Amino acid sequence: MSVAIEETQKLIDEILKVYPEKTRKKRALHIKPNDTSGGCPVKSNMKSIPGVMTARGCAYAGSKGVVWGPVKDMIHLSHGPVGCGHYSWATRRNLASGKPGVDNFVPFHFTSDFQERDIVYGGDKRLETILREIKTLFPLAKGITIQSECPIGLIGDDIEAVAKRMSKELSMPVIPVRCEGFRGVSQSLGHHIANDSIRDHLLGKKKLETKTPYDVALIGDYNIGGDAWATKELLEEAGYRVVSVWSGDGTMDGLSITSDVKLNIIHCYRSMNYICRHMEETYGVSWMEVNFFGPSKIKASLRKLAERFDDSIKEKTEEVIKRHESEMQKVIDKYHPRLEGKKVMLYVGGLRPRHTIGAFEDLGMEIIGAGYEFGHSDDYTRTYPMLKEGVVIYDDVTHHEFEELVKRMKPDLVASGIKEKYVFQKMGLPFRQMHSWDYSGPYHGWKGFPIFARDMDMAINSPTWGLVKAPWKEALRQL
Amino acid sequence: MRQIAIYGKGGIGKSTTTQNTVAAIAEMGKKVMIVGCDPKADSTRLILHSKAQTTVMDLAREKGTVEDLELKDVLLTGYSGIKCSESGGPEPGVGCAGRGVITAINFLEENGAYTKDLDFVFYDVLGDVVCGGFAMPIREGKAQEIYIVTSGEMMAMYAANNIAKGILKYAHSGGVRLGGLICNSRQVDREYELIDALAKRLGTKLIHFIPRDNVVQRAELRRMTVIEYSKEHPQADEYRKLAKTIVDNKDMVVPTPITMDELKALLMEYGFLEKESDMIGVAEAAQAV
Repeated sequence: MSVAIEETQKLIDEILKVYPEKTRKKRALHIKPNDTSGGCPVKSNMKSIPGVMTARGCAYAGSKGVVWGPVKDMIHLSHGPVGCGHYSWATRRNLASGKPGVDNFVPFHFTSDFQERDIVYGGDKRLETILREIKTLFPLAKGITIQSECPIGLIGDDIEAVAKRMSKELSMPVIPVRCEGFRGVSQSLGHHIANDSIRDHLLGKKKLETKTPYDVALIGDYNIGGDAWATKELLEEAGYRVVSVWSGDGTMDGLSITSDVKLNIIHCYRSMNYICRHMEETYGVSWMEVNFFGPSKIKASLRKLAERFDDSIKEKTEEVIKRHESEMQKVIDKYHPRLEGKKVMLYVGGLRPRHTIGAFEDLGMEIIGAGYEFGHSDDYTRTYPMLKEGVVIYDDVTHHEFEELVKRMKPDLVASGIKEKYVFQKMGLPFRQMHSWDYSGPYHGWKGFPIFARDMDMAINSPTWGLVKAPWKEALRQL
Repeated sequence: MRQIAIYGKGGIGKSTTTQNTVAAIAEMGKKVMIVGCDPKADSTRLILHSKAQTTVMDLAREKGTVEDLELKDVLLTGYSGIKCSESGGPEPGVGCAGRGVITAINFLEENGAYTKDLDFVFYDVLGDVVCGGFAMPIREGKAQEIYIVTSGEMMAMYAANNIAKGILKYAHSGGVRLGGLICNSRQVDREYELIDALAKRLGTKLIHFIPRDNVVQRAELRRMTVIEYSKEHPQADEYRKLAKTIVDNKDMVVPTPITMDELKALLMEYGFLEKESDMIGVAEAAQAV
């Protein structure tokens, strides 16, 4: 065992010491020093321990919030009591173009607002009424999805039968999604359920009218802060025709025709690998994982993609890379000296704990810890080789663990989500939200990197955090 | 105020027995309320002489929310001043009937249905304790006494034993106790002895054996209890005896449910079941035909 691994293990052991025996044993499996030789991987995709304050979401969050929510020309009905729909309303920065209420329903929030009587008597009739109302009030919506909240599964409502009947009556797809929040251990199962419902109800139902040899679909880009737009631009510049985006700024027809593309380009592997595998098996569409954060990864990804296409694409790829080289270098020249050697700890969702590493490294920064909220073993396997030996890897990290790790490892930046943000800002630490890009973005593509670099510099080199003084410390000194 | 819950296999005669017994208790000058906990809502019809009373959940559905209900719309007074309420609920196969029971009981509590002058509250609960909702009447602060209605038929005894298991669970958390078994006779051979033996195995007593009599049926067709329909009939006295036993009963136990094998052994002992070895022969013979 290397020294780095040993030291990190010692640190982990100390942090876990405060737990009761049973919890300590369980958590020890989820938090490990990085072993680049691949030995001793962390456990993942297991039930969180009650009381540890996990940052995870639920299956409903995975389906309604992540996969289906960004499909803009459909209406996504949060079926159940009002809270799930209301509190997930507009909380994810999946931008969408178009006119609200005409070809874009992303800004709206639809709920069946279950009452006591709907639980007792069942909500199927109410659901029918609501579906009709939607059709009357928003006649331009292309389809409706029914996103099940917990009670729907508990009382056994037959939403499949309602959906089937109403599809016919309303002459448009009405898609039941069984993403009750109590299913699975995190939002991850919700992604899978949502993938399956797209597969069963939309995929292959429409044909791509005019085909070209360069038709691709961008899978697993949710257009956070405009990411998908930046990615689309980047791909189109290199000669591809992006016929569909899953699902940022996406459309129902876009999902339906994807089985006709040449290649699926997958960004968020965790939430959409299921549909890629299905299209490969059923339609023979191959898929490729890419990374569009930071110039190094963008270049590598574009070249890897070009290998699958003809010489014209290969030439264009090199042209494009050359064209952007100097502007990327300018960004690096400006920010690298200000960020060099700065240490980062990452704790994010499905792809960013590994996908943003390259962008940080382009700026001379170092990742000293990384972890996923709801990753599976295949995510971790992809992560180990990207990080130095001994870097701490944490799965479904608890607030105690994360706080203690940060206190002891003293990163210059914590990059995580809203649930972590104020904990670390109150510790006087620079913080960036890596789920929503705070209020910024895009971070993808040529367009995103300058913004990414600026934001990280803004956080780390802001004098604000040095001015944070704890009043009780002052009081103690005066004693 | 004593709160009592009546459980038993579906169709065993819980509602009829409860209403006749409650009528007899009311006759003694006691104040009683019946809370029907069954979506079928047939726990109060003999007291109110109505087809079915408006239930808490029906009215909640009509008005939109439970908060819009008035107690007087769902708490009616019938024969001998007996107060009547029904939880109501969905037709079979939809929604959550258990939640209906919970909602209804909460509503009655919050709106002052449990007045101080009441001597007894009776909960008439559907067939079996299938989920948390149907255990609501025996949770802490509700019924502390349970009576199980059964007969000498095997499935009724099986259900009684299952209910005893449910009581055992809640006996530790909520302090509920079993007051005894009531046998509503189906005129099965040696029925009294059989149920008496079952009661002993469960650690309780057979508190009353109600003989079968068509007068019950005749009264029921007129939406009345026997107590009201035919005061002098010997069957009315049977219910009076049961009522008195319940009123005087001080013998509350934590039941000792038995295993399926023990139940079978009991049936064999009373000649209802053949020995396992003989059964195989019977089954084979049936298959050969």
